Amino acid sequence: MYEDWQFSRTQRAFSSSGEWLKRFHLDSLLLTGIGLLMLYGLFVLYSAAGENVRLWQGQIVRFVLALGIMVILAQVPPQWIRRVSPALYVIGVGLLVLVAVLGDIGKGAQRWLDLGFIRFQPSELMKLAVPLTCAWWLHERPIPPSVRDLGILLLIIGVPAGLIAEQPDLGTAILVSAAGVFVVLLGGLPWRIIATSTGLLAMAVPVGWHFMHDYQRQRVMTLLDPMQDPLGAGYHIIQSQIAIGSGGVFGKGWTNGSQAQLEFLPERSTDFIFAVVGEELGLLGQALLLILYACVIGRALFMALDARDTFGRLAGGSIALTFAVYVVVNAGMVSGILPVVGVPLPLFSYGGTSAVTLLAGFGILLSIYSHRKLVR
Amino acid sequence: MKAARKFPQVPQEARAFTWRLAWVVILLAGGAGAVLYRAVDLQYLNQEFLADRGDARVMRVQKILAHRGSIVDRFGELLAVSTPVDAVLVNPRELLEDYENIRLLAGALHREPEWLKRRLAGGADRQGLPLNILLEPGQSLRLKQLNIPGVFTERKYRRYYPAGEVTGHVLGFNNLDDHGQEGLELGYDEALGGEDGAKRVQRDNLGRNVKDIASIRAARPGAVLESSIDLRIQYLAYRALKAAVTEHHAVSGSVVVVDVDTGEILAMVNQPAFNPNDRSQFDVAHYRNRAALDLIEPGSVVKPFVVAAAFQAGTLSPQTVIDTNPGTLVFGRYTIRDHENYGRITPVQILAKSSNIGIIKIALAQRPEDIWSVYTGVGFGQGPASGFPGETAGLLPPLKDWRPLAVKSLAFGYGLSMTPMQLVSAYATLASGGIRRPLTFRRVSTSVPGERVINEAVAHSVVNILETVVSEDGTARRAAIEGYRVSGKTGTAQINISGGYDNNGYVATFAGMVPASKPRLAAVVVISAPQGAHHGGDVSAPVFAEIMSGAVRLMGIPPDNLAGIEPGALLQANAP
Repeated sequence: MYEDWQFSRTQRAFSSSGEWLKRFHLDSLLLTGIGLLMLYGLFVLYSAAGENVRLWQGQIVRFVLALGIMVILAQVPPQWIRRVSPALYVIGVGLLVLVAVLGDIGKGAQRWLDLGFIRFQPSELMKLAVPLTCAWWLHERPIPPSVRDLGILLLIIGVPAGLIAEQPDLGTAILVSAAGVFVVLLGGLPWRIIATSTGLLAMAVPVGWHFMHDYQRQRVMTLLDPMQDPLGAGYHIIQSQIAIGSGGVFGKGWTNGSQAQLEFLPERSTDFIFAVVGEELGLLGQALLLILYACVIGRALFMALDARDTFGRLAGGSIALTFAVYVVVNAGMVSGILPVVGVPLPLFSYGGTSAVTLLAGFGILLSIYSHRKLVR
Repeated sequence: MKAARKFPQVPQEARAFTWRLAWVVILLAGGAGAVLYRAVDLQYLNQEFLADRGDARVMRVQKILAHRGSIVDRFGELLAVSTPVDAVLVNPRELLEDYENIRLLAGALHREPEWLKRRLAGGADRQGLPLNILLEPGQSLRLKQLNIPGVFTERKYRRYYPAGEVTGHVLGFNNLDDHGQEGLELGYDEALGGEDGAKRVQRDNLGRNVKDIASIRAARPGAVLESSIDLRIQYLAYRALKAAVTEHHAVSGSVVVVDVDTGEILAMVNQPAFNPNDRSQFDVAHYRNRAALDLIEPGSVVKPFVVAAAFQAGTLSPQTVIDTNPGTLVFGRYTIRDHENYGRITPVQILAKSSNIGIIKIALAQRPEDIWSVYTGVGFGQGPASGFPGETAGLLPPLKDWRPLAVKSLAFGYGLSMTPMQLVSAYATLASGGIRRPLTFRRVSTSVPGERVINEAVAHSVVNILETVVSEDGTARRAAIEGYRVSGKTGTAQINISGGYDNNGYVATFAGMVPASKPRLAAVVVISAPQGAHHGGDVSAPVFAEIMSGAVRLMGIPPDNLAGIEPGALLQANAP
């Protein structure tokens, strides 16, 4: 068909190696964006980690592993992924319960499962399992979903999110819920239900406040007035705002950020690395980073639009949007417009399994895209 | 055109999906916009304010310690020197995380891990807790190589006194901020200390200096103080005095040796002594510089100045005969005695035997102002002799109080007080032929004119008479030095205790000069409260002889009394 031909031509125009990549179900535009982000991330991390080469190499190893998983997942047909999603989900919830029980025994917060050779965080698995399972549920059902379907979806999202929030890991709980809610939103939630639930959510804020942990309440209070406790709860936010602000338009220069390098900025190589970008590379460095993110997210969204079926569209869209949530929440909390929750800056923050989860998500997206419908 | 054709073809469901996606993207773009706005707000609108806040956290003005000048003896031997050391500071919070690191640090500092743990717990909330341990550069380097997190060092200077106890009183010591507290360290503190500089530094959140940003003011190192001390003579004096004080079970003692031609102090020692390298010895009984601070009633050592006054007034000559019969003299309630009845004797014998009756009779024959002017001329009751920190001036009654009773006691050394330094200054004046030169602790390279206070012929005559004191007929036979003629005078004064006199406590003194033919050195030995023997001639004179016999040889002063010496005897005496 005419449409199809035109699309292929565009593809060829963007990349000479496009045909070769296509054979491996890969997308040159997305890969370029991810690659640039990784390089930029490693560049900043080298400085943020205090020029600690060993830590830096650890991040490279992690990236290579994550890219491998992405490429492998890209080869798997989307219908296979769809079929294993519910199983993945059940296993994930089971592990979350196990972790909670072990945590009770160990008396304290427990997020990890120590498998001996690797420490595994079940909540990371849920970042993918929840949107995939929601998409699987809506796949063969009429859209927009019925009230009954919505109830079931609410359960699919709510159970793991609640378990993760109890760990307590509010950041991951938010990301998991967001991933699920995006599927439901994209799946065709009636506007009146959106309006109603937004209203209910607003009313639930005081109730939620009641159920929040003390440290979580503290974080909200701190956001409203960091100077209330400048050496305690407000410390992170004050230090990171000073770091970002003192960088100015052009920054203090790579490895020259005094806040970051002199240990004033906490978590500078992990959750607060965005402040290092701001301090050392300035407004321009931050803007460049946000533009790169926008490109990757934009490409991911267009890939989701071309998905062959409902599952692909919903899962792909959710993966792309969740990536955006990472960016907005992390950047928002570091610059002091959102409360501090443990959300890493994707492909920038050191450590954890977030890089693996993120690229696994992109792997699924690549699989969906490469098996897209040929006719729109 | 492409989009317009595209949308009508997509199924209704996919089209709805696209719209919904667009809405969510707009929502998230709004979030991204907020982040971007915030970035502009922080980095452009509030940049200056936040940059200042950042600088306030990391920029500090730090002192650059000036290197304190050394003190050297007259030949350049180091007496006091500042060497760089590193003070150990720790960040307890960081260190307490791992017991292995505590063990490692304790091992490097040669301390018990438990001791260190207690120290850390005591200052757990501090970021730079000083352990009050100073490391030599080598030790410090080894510590740094261990690379223990939370341990850092700060450059400081530590004062070392290579001669230790021997020069303790002369040099004094510094406080923990390296400022002089006693002795020459205090007297020349400003010149030695130099001027600290300042620099702007970047400091990290653990209180460590990370980077020097700019130098505000360079440090000006302190000057080297060339002292007048001759460390070799100082050692001799220290050893001889310590032995004598120990032998006689005395409470304390002082020796001062002066170069007659320049007023330079070549040696000054006291007992008990202290080691300035060891702060645990810093108590006032030990570090008190008695030679400069303690006032004594001198006793008979002032008698030569009465004779000098009488010679100068022309009322007395060495041949004048004075009747000291019957060896006692009653004045009101007081009876003054001689050691024995010397009968009719000359001023030479009066000084040789230290006759109280004789000197009183001479003094009473003079106008008080004649004696007073010689006393003040040689420095009795005058301002400090050298300006040594804390040095006292002593007391001489004003002329209007010199009534006959006072004159009598003043003539044999009571009723006035002075420091050993003032006494040696008076003897150096006599030794130089009547020229008074201020005492100094700094090396003098030019000749010092001084001020004439006693007629030259009179001074020489008195010095000659004082040689008989050191003869077989005198009170200080034991001050004699083989090969050299020695002049001097003993003093044995009762110690003044709150208005009366202690019948058992004596100050044994010997003041003298060598070689008598043309004196080069003057010295005073004062030993307080010796047990058993207490005469200046028995207790202090041998100390004088021991020090001076070494000093004349060290200084290469040619012997002036070779008569009656076997060939080779001097060589033997010269041998160490």
